[in-house]
Amino acid sequence: MERFHLIRHRWQQVSSTESRQDWTSPDSLLPSKSDLDPQDHPGNKLPGKRRAVIARHGPHHAEYLNICKGYQGNGIRTTKYTLLSFIPMNLFQQFHRAANLYFLFLVLLNWVPVVEAFQKEITMIPLAVVLTVIAFKDAMEDYRRYRYDQRINNTLTHVYSGKQRRYVERRWAEVCVGDVVRLCCNEIIPADLVLLHSSDPNGVCHIETANLDGETNLKQRQVVRNLPQQGSEFTPENFSSRIECENPNDDLRRFRGYMEHPNKVRVGLHSENLLLRSCTVRNTETVIGIVVYAGHETKAMQNNSGPRYKRSKLERRLNVDVLWSVVILLLMCLTAAVGHGLWLSSLKDPVYMIPDDTHPALAGFYMFWTMIIVLQVLIPVSLYVSIEIVKLGQIYFIQNDLDLYNAKLDSGVQCRALNITEDLGQIQYLFSDKTGTLTENRMLFRRCTVAGTEYPHYENARAMEQFEEQCSGQLENTLTMRSRSSRKSLSCNRSSVSLNTLAADSDIHSPHDTLRRHAPGAFSSTMECAVVPDVQLQGKLKALSSHVCPPLRHNAAELSHILDFFLALTVCNTVVVSSPSQPRHMVQMPMARTPLRSLEEIKAVLQKLSLPRFSLSPSQNTDSPPSLTRRLFSRGRAAMYTPNTPQHTSPYVTPSHTPAHTPSPSSTPTLLHGGACGMDEERPQPQPCLELDNEDGGDEDGGEGEDEDEEEELLYEAESPDEAALVQAARAYGCTLLGRSPEQLLVALPGTGPLSVPLLHMLPFHSARKRMSVVVRHPLTGQVVVYTKGADNVIMELAGTSAADGCSRETMEKTQQHLDNYAREGLRTLCVAKRVLDEAEYEAWLKRHAFAETSIENREQLLLESAQRLEMNLTLLGATGIVDRLQEEVPETIEALQRAGIKVWVLTGDKQETAVNIACACKLLQPTDQLLTANCDSKEACEARLHELQRNISTAPERSLPDRDVVTSEDEAAVSGFTLVIDGRTLDFALQEDLQKVFLDLTSGCRSVICCRSTPLQKSQVVRLVGDSLRVMTLAIGDGANDVSMIQVADIGVGISGQEGMQAVMSSDFAISRFKHLRKLMLVHGHWCYTRLANMILYFFYKNVMYVNLLFWFQFFCGFSGSTMTNSWVLIFFNLLFTSVPPLLYGVLDKDVSANTLLSFPQLYKAGQNSQAYLPSTFWLTMVDAFYQSLVCFFIPYFTYAGSDIGLFSFGSPINGSALLIILLHQVVESRTLTWLHAVVLLGSAAFYYTFVLVFSVTCVTCNSPTNPYGVETKAMSEPIYYCVCGLTTVLALLPRILFRALCNSICPSDLVKAQKLDKSVLEQYWATIHQWKEKRPVRQKLNSKHNPQTLSVNADIPDSVDCTLEAGAVPS
Amino acid sequence: MASSYSAKEEDGHRAGAPGPGGNANRGKKPDNTAFKQQRLPAWQPILTAGTVLPAFFIIGLIFIPIGIGLFVTSNNIKEFEIDYTGTDLSSPCFNCSQSYNWNSSMPCRCTLPFSLEQPFESNVFMYYGLSNFYQNHRRYVKSRDDSQLNGDLSSLKDPSKECEPYRTNENKPIAPCGAIANSMFNDTLELFYLDPNGTRTQIPLMKKGIAWWTDKHVKFRNPGGSNANLTAVFQVTTKPVNWRKPVYELDSDPENNGFINEDFIVWMRTAALPTFRKLYRIIQKKNNMTPTLPRGNYTLEVTYNYPVRSFEGRKRVILSTISWMGGKNPFLGIAYITVGSVCFFLGVVLLFIHHKYGNRNNSSDIPN
Repeated sequence: MERFHLIRHRWQQVSSTESRQDWTSPDSLLPSKSDLDPQDHPGNKLPGKRRAVIARHGPHHAEYLNICKGYQGNGIRTTKYTLLSFIPMNLFQQFHRAANLYFLFLVLLNWVPVVEAFQKEITMIPLAVVLTVIAFKDAMEDYRRYRYDQRINNTLTHVYSGKQRRYVERRWAEVCVGDVVRLCCNEIIPADLVLLHSSDPNGVCHIETANLDGETNLKQRQVVRNLPQQGSEFTPENFSSRIECENPNDDLRRFRGYMEHPNKVRVGLHSENLLLRSCTVRNTETVIGIVVYAGHETKAMQNNSGPRYKRSKLERRLNVDVLWSVVILLLMCLTAAVGHGLWLSSLKDPVYMIPDDTHPALAGFYMFWTMIIVLQVLIPVSLYVSIEIVKLGQIYFIQNDLDLYNAKLDSGVQCRALNITEDLGQIQYLFSDKTGTLTENRMLFRRCTVAGTEYPHYENARAMEQFEEQCSGQLENTLTMRSRSSRKSLSCNRSSVSLNTLAADSDIHSPHDTLRRHAPGAFSSTMECAVVPDVQLQGKLKALSSHVCPPLRHNAAELSHILDFFLALTVCNTVVVSSPSQPRHMVQMPMARTPLRSLEEIKAVLQKLSLPRFSLSPSQNTDSPPSLTRRLFSRGRAAMYTPNTPQHTSPYVTPSHTPAHTPSPSSTPTLLHGGACGMDEERPQPQPCLELDNEDGGDEDGGEGEDEDEEEELLYEAESPDEAALVQAARAYGCTLLGRSPEQLLVALPGTGPLSVPLLHMLPFHSARKRMSVVVRHPLTGQVVVYTKGADNVIMELAGTSAADGCSRETMEKTQQHLDNYAREGLRTLCVAKRVLDEAEYEAWLKRHAFAETSIENREQLLLESAQRLEMNLTLLGATGIVDRLQEEVPETIEALQRAGIKVWVLTGDKQETAVNIACACKLLQPTDQLLTANCDSKEACEARLHELQRNISTAPERSLPDRDVVTSEDEAAVSGFTLVIDGRTLDFALQEDLQKVFLDLTSGCRSVICCRSTPLQKSQVVRLVGDSLRVMTLAIGDGANDVSMIQVADIGVGISGQEGMQAVMSSDFAISRFKHLRKLMLVHGHWCYTRLANMILYFFYKNVMYVNLLFWFQFFCGFSGSTMTNSWVLIFFNLLFTSVPPLLYGVLDKDVSANTLLSFPQLYKAGQNSQAYLPSTFWLTMVDAFYQSLVCFFIPYFTYAGSDIGLFSFGSPINGSALLIILLHQVVESRTLTWLHAVVLLGSAAFYYTFVLVFSVTCVTCNSPTNPYGVETKAMSEPIYYCVCGLTTVLALLPRILFRALCNSICPSDLVKAQKLDKSVLEQYWATIHQWKEKRPVRQKLNSKHNPQTLSVNADIPDSVDCTLEAGAVPS
Repeated sequence: MASSYSAKEEDGHRAGAPGPGGNANRGKKPDNTAFKQQRLPAWQPILTAGTVLPAFFIIGLIFIPIGIGLFVTSNNIKEFEIDYTGTDLSSPCFNCSQSYNWNSSMPCRCTLPFSLEQPFESNVFMYYGLSNFYQNHRRYVKSRDDSQLNGDLSSLKDPSKECEPYRTNENKPIAPCGAIANSMFNDTLELFYLDPNGTRTQIPLMKKGIAWWTDKHVKFRNPGGSNANLTAVFQVTTKPVNWRKPVYELDSDPENNGFINEDFIVWMRTAALPTFRKLYRIIQKKNNMTPTLPRGNYTLEVTYNYPVRSFEGRKRVILSTISWMGGKNPFLGIAYITVGSVCFFLGVVLLFIHHKYGNRNNSSDIPN
C-alpha cells in the first residue's frame, strides 16, 4: 500500500511541515513512499518574494527590460576557478586543510635563521608536492567541468527572435528569462519553461526526466489552461500575459504562480505547467514555452549541490592517533631541546663550536623548533593524500566488480560518497526498507474480493509459478535482448522503431521474451500481463456483458459492483498508455483512430448496463427481474437516459463522445465484433446455462480476439508498480484502458468497443490521505462518479461511515476478513470504493475546488481539504491483493548478514502481518525465534509492555544462555533469538526520550526488530537513536523517497536503484541495483576496504616513526644539535618518493582472504565490526615495533662504525639503505597477497632509491652544501661492510615481527588467518572442507532451510506451521 | 543530485540529437579481467611456524659462518693506540697540554715511548683520534664553502654565508673559510723505531693517498688550475684565524698543497660520531721479508698544537693494519654470530611449535 503512488504526485501537495504533522497524528500511521520532503524550502516562508516574467518580444518590451534585468542568464558556470583565479583560489582552498597548514608552518619555521634545519628550498618540497598533486587533481576536475559547461552553453535551441519574427537558433547561454523557446521531440529543455503551446491537440506534452532523477517513464505536462491563444498557432508577439511565480528554489516538485492575462484573468500555474531544464521532450512534435528560470536559477541547477562528505569511523580513529603522533613528536623535540641545553651548558668554548653567546636555555628553545622541522615526517601528513588516493582505487575496484553488476538494468554499483568505503566493513546494524528493497517492487495481481466475495485466482498463482520456473532458466539469455530493445524504444523516429521490432522479432520464439521485452524502464512488465482470470469472476463479468446469461445466480447488485470495481481499477490511476510500435508515443485519443464501432453496439452496451446504473439507487438494488424482462426494461431505460442527464451542457465533454450518448432510433443492438453475441440476440434463450459456456468461449475468442492485436500492443507506464498491476488485472477481465488524455480516458469494457470516459477530476495520491480519486462521468450511466483507491484502513473508515444498511455492513465485514487474510499471506492490499455524486453536489464541490486550485497561498492545504470533502460517504466495492515478490537471494543475503553479526532491522510502512510474513520469507525470522510484539495505544501501556517483554527476554536466557556458553563457537544466528515486532504508534511512544533506554535495552536483546507501519520520520529517528545511543555503525538501505531521511542519517546510506525512481539513490552513499549485492558489497568489499585501509594507515605510521627515529637517535651523538647523517634530499624524498607507492598499492590491492571464503564464512566480517585490524593496541604495538626497528637500524651501524674514521654521510648511507630494505620488507611481511604488481612496485622503489643516491653521489660535486653527497654512496657501497651491516640490520629488525606473526598464527590463529589458510589449500580440499563445515552446522538450521525453500514467491512458501505466523495471529493490541 | 546529475546530462547531450539509440549498446558492464576483478595470481605468504622455520634455519646457517669470518678477520687486525692528550701529570705531554695558544710561535713538543708486542705485517695505517669532538654538530657541518674548495675563484673572493663567522678576517676573505677548516687538526706526529742496538730510525710516513680519490681529484681543487702559483692566487685571501700558516704553505709538494692538501681534505670530511679517528699517514710495507713495524720499542714525537682541554677531549694516535672489513671491530662478528644462533634456536622452537600446533585442521574450526 505504501507504494500506492509515487513522488511525482506531490506536485501539488501540502508543504512538508503539514505532512509531517500528519505522520505523527495517530490516525494516519500509514506512511507512503512519497511523504518525505527532505528539506524545507526557504521559498515557502517568503511568500512575498516573487518573480514576474513577461515575454521578451511581446507587446510589453519596455517593461520586460525593466523587470528581467535582475534575472540570471541561461549560461552556466559550474567551475570553481577561472584561468586567472586558479592559483590563488586553489591555494586558498588548500590551505584550509590542517595538514597543509602544518606543512606551511614548517616551511615558515625553516626561514627563521636560528632554527633553520635544512636548506630552505628543501623543506618546501613536501608542501609543493602535495599542493601540486592536489592542484593538478582540482584543475583536471575543473577543466572537465569547464568543457562540459561549454558544451552545454553552446548547445543550440530555437528561440523566437523579435527582429526576424521567427524562431532562430541560439546558444543555450544566450537564452534569457522571458524568451520564447520552441523545442522539438527529443530535444533537451534548455531552461525552466512554462508550457504555452504543444502540438498535441490536447495541450499536453511528455517529458522524460531521466537526466534529472533517472526515471525513464514519461511525465505529462500541460499547457497553461485557458490561454487566450490556445489554438493551432502560437505567436509570441501577441503573448502579453504576465507570469508571477515563486523565486527560484530547489524543489523539483513544486512550482507555484499564476499567469495574468491582459484581461486580468488569473490562471494558476503549477508544476504540471513547468518544463524543467535538462529534461527531454518526448512524444510531442513541438512545444513552445516561455523561460521563467534560467541558468543557475533553474530547478535542476539549484538541486546540483556538491557531493556529500562523511568522515569514516576509521578516519576518526586515525585522527586520534595522529594526535598521539603529535604528542610523541613534542616529547621527542622536548628531549632534544633539554638535551641540547644541558650539553651546551657543560661546554666551555670548544674549538668546534661556532662562537655564539646564546644562553643554553634559549639555544634549547631554538632547538625545540629545529627538531620539529627535522622530525616533521613523524606526523604522517602525506597520509591524508594517500588515503584519498587509496580510496579512489578501492572505489575503482568496487565499481568494476562484475558480481555487483546487474545486466538487466545495465548498472553496477555506484559509489557516490568517496571516502567511507571502509565503513562498509564495520557495519553493526542494518536498517532495511521492505518494499522494493527486500522485495522486487514488481507487483503482481494475486487475488481480489468484490462485494464480499473472494476470488482466489488459483490459476493465476499456478501460471505465475510456471512462469517463474521457465524464465529462471532463460534469464541469462533474455536479459541482453531486452535491455537492447527497450533502449531503442526510447527514440521517436521511425527507423529505430523498425529496429525495435526487428529485435523483438528475433526473440519471438520465446514467449517470455516477447512478453517481457518491454519490461525494464516501464512498469508494464510481463508478469502483470500474465494475469490469468479467475473463472468464477470472469463468469460473472461475462454474464454482465452477455445478453443471454440468466442472472439468476448473480444478483444484479453484485454484478454492478464487479463492473464498477473493474472500471475503478481501470480509470483510477495515472497510468500512461503507449504502444510498442510507437514506444513513448502516447496512444492518441479517439476521434480518428478508434472510431466507435457502431451506434447499435453502444446502445447494446448501454442497455445491458443500465441495470447496474439503476442498481445504484437503493430502491432497485435488491430487485432482480428475470432476464428477458430485465433486458426489455433496461432497453427502455437506456432510451430515456439522455434527456435525464445534463451531459450536453457539460464543458468537459468533447463532441466526439456525443454519439455514444445520443439516443438512437434503432432498437436492435448488434455487437458487430462479437458474432456470437450478435446471433444470440436474434435467438430466444432456451438453454441458458449452455449458452453461458458458449458465451464465455465466444466472447473470448471472437470478441476479445479481435481486440487482441490491438490490446497486445498496449504498454502501460505507471508511476507505481501497483497501478500497472491493477490496470493489467482489469485488462485480463476485459476492462482495458486504451488511452488517456487529460480530459478523458478511453476504456474498453467487456463486450464493448472503446468507450470514452470523461475525466472530470483527478485527485492525486497524497500521503496524508493515503488514497487517490478520480471523478469521472460514468460512460454508461452518465452519472458523476468518484472512484477512490487507497489504503485499506483509510477506505474502510470512509466507507464505514456511510454503510448504513446491513448488506453493505456485511460486505465490509467480509472484505475486512479477506483483507486480514491477504495481509497474513504477505499481500499488499488496496481497497476500492466509489461514490455517486448528483449534479448539484458536484457543482458545489467544483466551485470550491476551482477556488482551491487557483489560490497561490495555502493552496496545498485547500486542495487537501477539497479532496477530503469529495472522498466521503464512499461505497466499498472491493479490495485487491497484490503480491510483491522477494528479490532473488534475499533470504541468503539476510542470513549471511546475520551470521556476520549484523543486526538486521526491517522498517516498513506495511501492515504488521505482511511485514512479519515477509520477514519469515526472507529468513529474518527463524522458525525457532520467539516473536515479541508491541502494539500499544498509550505511552503507559507501551512502557509496561516494553518492561514486560524485557522480563521475557531476561528470563528466557536461562534456557538458551548455557547453550551459548558451552558452545562458544556456535553460530549465534542459529541460536533461537527474539524478534521484536513493533508498530508505528508504539514506536512513537518508544522513541520518546524517557522510553528510549528501555526500548534500546529491549532491542539489544533481540536478534532483529521489525517496525511496521512506520513513517519516514520514524525510520530516521530509529536509525539516529540506535546509531547515537549505542555508538554503533549503521547502514540504511532503501529504494524510495520515504527512505531518504533514513539513508541520510545512517553512517552509510545505500540506495537501491529500482522501480521507485532515483530519490534514494540521489541521497545515498552507495547505490546498488539489487538487495543481494549488499552481501558482496559488505562482506567482501567492506571487509577488504577496511582491512586494506587500516593496514595501510598502520603501515604509514610505522614507516614514518621508524624512519624519523633514526634521526632522533642520532641526536644523542651530535649534541642534540639537530644534525642529520643523511643528505637532505634523500631525507625528504625517502617518504615522499622512495617509499610512498608501495603502501598505496598495498592499500588498494591487498587481499587478506579471498572473496569466496569471505562469502562462505560471513562471520569473518566480525573482524571489521570489532575494528580488529586497527585497535589502539595495534597502533601502539606498531609504534613499539617501529621504535625497536629504528633502534636496530641505527645502533647496529653505530656499533659497527664506532670509533672508526667514518664520515658523517658515509655513516648515514648504510642506515638509509637498511631502513629502506626494512621498510619495504616489512610490507612484504604484512602483505597477505603479493602479485607481480607488488613485485614491480617494491623492486621499483628500491631501484629508484639506489639509482637516485648513486647518480646523486656521482654527479653532485659541489651542489647541495652542506650535505654534499659527492662520492659518499659509491664509496660506501664499494665496501663489503656496507652489505654486512645492511643484512644484519634488516634481519634483526624484522625478526620479532616475523616471529610474532608466526607464533600467533600457529598457536592461536585468528579466524582470518584460518580463512587464509583455507584459501591457500588446494581447490578440492577447499570445497571438501566447506562441505565438511556445512555438515557440522546445527541440525535446526537445516530444518529451517527445508522449511523455507528458496522460492521467490512470498505467499506460497510460508507453511502455516511456522511459529511466527502463529505468533503474529495472537497479537495483543 | 550533484554528480550523477551531470553525468547523466552529459550522456543526454551526447546522444541528444540523433537519439539515444546510438549508444544503446554501450553498456556499463565492467570488463572481466583478472586485474579489475581482483583475481591477479598472487603469492600469499602466511607466516606460520611451519612456513617461517626454514627461513630461520637458513638465516642461522648463513649468519654464523659470516659472523665467524668477521670475528676472525677482526681479530687478525693488529691495532695499537696511544693517548697523548697529556691530562695526567705523568704524561710527557702534560706541559704542552696546559698552555696552549693557536698562534704560538714556539711549538711545544713531547715524546711518547711505546713498544709493540707483535709485529705489524702489512701496510700500517696511522690515525689520529679525537674524542668528544662534535664534528657532526649541525652548525659546524654547515660551516664550509664547497665551491671555494672546488677552486671557484668567485667563491674564493666572496665565500658563502654559511662560513660565518669565519668568512672574512680583516676585510679579506678567508681561504678556506668556515669553522671546519678553522679548527683543522694541526699536531705533527713522527714515529721513530728504537732498534735494540740503540739507533733511532725515523719511520717514513706517506702523506699521500690518505684522502678519497674523488675528493682529491674532483671535489677539491686549487683555484686557478693545478699549475698556477698558489701564493699569487691566494694573495687576495687571508688564512683562517686559528691557522699558523696560510693554506698555500701546507706542504712543499705542489701536488699536496693548497686545497688539495690531503690532511686538509681528510679533515674536511666531517666525522659521524664525536669519537673518531682520521687517517694521518700510511706506513707502507717495504718488502715481504720484514714486517712493516717489527716488534720492539718506538717513540712518538708529537708537536703539540691542538687544544682539546676546553671540551674534555682526548687525542690519540692509532696504528692499525687493515682488512677487507676496515679496522678492528669485533662487534659485527659477534652480532652476526649471536643473531645467527638466536635464529637457529628460534628455528628449533618453531619446529616444536609447528609439531604441536601446525598439523591440526585449521579450516574446520572457524567459529560461527
